[in-house]
Amino acid sequence: MAEADLFEFLTRMGDNTLILGHRVSEWCGHAPVLEEDIALANTALDLIGQTQLWLGLAAEVEGKGRTADDLAFLRDAGAFRNLLLVERPNGDFGQTLMRQFLFDAWHHAMLSALCQSADPRVAAIAEKAVKEVAYHLERSADLVIRLGDGTEESHGRMQAALDDIWPYAGEMFLADATDAAMAEAGVAPDPAALKPVWQATVGEVLSDATLTAPDTDFSHKGGRIGIHTEHLGYILAEMQFLQRAYPGAVW
Amino acid sequence: MYAQMVKTEAKRVKSREEMTPEEAAFQDRIEAGEKIEPKDWMPEGYRRTLIRQIGQHAHSEIVGQLPEGNWITRAPTLERKAILLAKVQDEAGHGLYLYSAAETLGVSRDALIAKLHDGSMKYSSIFNYPTLTWADIGAVGWLVDGAAIMNQVPLQRTSYGPYSRAMIRICKEESFHQRQGYDILIKMCLKGTPAQKAMAQDALNRFWYPSLMMFGPSDKDSVHSAQSMAWKIKINTNDELRQKFVDQTVPQAEYLGLTVPDPDLTWNEDKGGYDFTEPDWAEFYAVLAGNGPCNRERMAARVAAWEDGAWFREGLMAHARKAAKRGVAAE
Amino acid sequence: MSSEWPLWEIFIRGQHGLNHRHVGSLHAPDAEMAIRHARDVYTRRNEGVSIWAVKSDDIVASAPSEKGPLFDPSNSKVYRHPTFFDIPDEAGHM
Repeated sequence: MAEADLFEFLTRMGDNTLILGHRVSEWCGHAPVLEEDIALANTALDLIGQTQLWLGLAAEVEGKGRTADDLAFLRDAGAFRNLLLVERPNGDFGQTLMRQFLFDAWHHAMLSALCQSADPRVAAIAEKAVKEVAYHLERSADLVIRLGDGTEESHGRMQAALDDIWPYAGEMFLADATDAAMAEAGVAPDPAALKPVWQATVGEVLSDATLTAPDTDFSHKGGRIGIHTEHLGYILAEMQFLQRAYPGAVW
Repeated sequence: MYAQMVKTEAKRVKSREEMTPEEAAFQDRIEAGEKIEPKDWMPEGYRRTLIRQIGQHAHSEIVGQLPEGNWITRAPTLERKAILLAKVQDEAGHGLYLYSAAETLGVSRDALIAKLHDGSMKYSSIFNYPTLTWADIGAVGWLVDGAAIMNQVPLQRTSYGPYSRAMIRICKEESFHQRQGYDILIKMCLKGTPAQKAMAQDALNRFWYPSLMMFGPSDKDSVHSAQSMAWKIKINTNDELRQKFVDQTVPQAEYLGLTVPDPDLTWNEDKGGYDFTEPDWAEFYAVLAGNGPCNRERMAARVAAWEDGAWFREGLMAHARKAAKRGVAAE
Repeated sequence: MSSEWPLWEIFIRGQHGLNHRHVGSLHAPDAEMAIRHARDVYTRRNEGVSIWAVKSDDIVASAPSEKGPLFDPSNSKVYRHPTFFDIPDEAGHM
């Protein structure tokens, strides 16, 4: 396995948590009720913490003297490896929750598998993160069920959110040469192998939520090889502003 | 001073002779340092004043999330982003603790929030000022949290039990807030570039006087303050706290190599404190009246969060009712 | 019908072996969410190992006016406290 493949894999993990953590943090101060404001910030904090670990390891593996912050704040969009799903705009609270749930269901399956990684550094990060993400999944799944099976309005909003985000879910299970190399080396699972677990989790929750997944296999893709939606450029413009405007400054 | 100019409805503080036996017994308990608990008898004015004061304090915490939250997505490092997010999350928690304390007085959180939104309850003037640069996040932590702590530490001894306990919890959690702000400025002023230091000076220039305003105008002759102090829901006068704040803050500014924007600031050996220029109280009243730089944005953001979230709160409540009904049916 | 979530009182066991202690309250639509909110609101600093949530309406409290009859009688039972008894030093630690 080439170090370049491992670097690629680690930035995929770290960029997912970075961009989703960023999106979730946008809610701080604006959530529908104080208890949710606080809970969402916990999720965002977990994701940012995981980003520090994934990108920190990526920088170490790369061995060019870059840091996790350099990777987060000084790469341009084309170098980002996150799923398109996580850069989707927050929308209403239902869209945010549905995005979170579909991601959490994948994230939990992925981290559970990574706990068995042949690379002990990867396994160590996964073991810490999987506990946090088990809680994220419990929370987002429960809220999807409650809101799906709540009022007519909440049901309608959750169904609309599901319809909207569904075409971005399939990218989680696509494999390329990097994934093949990771699977070959026993570092990470074949993405396709996570699909049955994800489908079982999602199927059960959607059924309890009285929601129906769109009947389509179509999936947008590109994030994992650096071809993003228009949204990522704006996220980075905001996130990287200080580092770009004051090159070399320490904060 | 997250609660400013709280009215007590008192025309003047009653003398012992004017008190009913219940009022006198209540005053005795306060003076003996006893805590008043929710079910205890209390004068209606005490209850209503506390609701206003605690409510205003709670509103300040949640409106106060906005100016700092403004920089969460632009924080310059992953660690700064996490620290700031944790800090702003704490403000939401503190709002929650304070609303809970107010609720023990027989008012619901939703009712208090409705009063914030219709303008009949206020929040601290300071949060109507914008955070324009990253240095402002440092200045808010250092000065605004610093000023808040001045007031909150003595309030841990306030006479109303639930309020006192909320303040104790808040003070414990807030101990890192002021330090994180000062730490941002240390980095910028002592280890940063000239541009960063200039940014820090600019932040101090803009936040100095608004921070002094946080304590409210002089209240040494105020009936409301006298009544609140007699009830021990206010512990120090505004001027005492402001003086203490200036005395504490000036050396901290000097350590950073920053200049307090007050040409008349001088050490007064006799009083053992600084003489300083009062803030522009006309500006303070204009901000309270709704004409601060950000009043409209702040209120619009809070109202939007509340209204856009109505379907969410209702959806969850409807589900809980359905589930409870199903539970009963299953038994 | 009001959509304001009911109020819950939260009790947290800080460490193994200690009593649950009242830490504050919060709003939640039902018990399960009250526990989750309590986790998010009241254990942000690693404060707990166990959480109880009780609907505030279900708390039965003693009335302050009965404080005398309820608690004064135990004042006179000083013999319940170990310091009531003088044990000679010669008897050793007890």
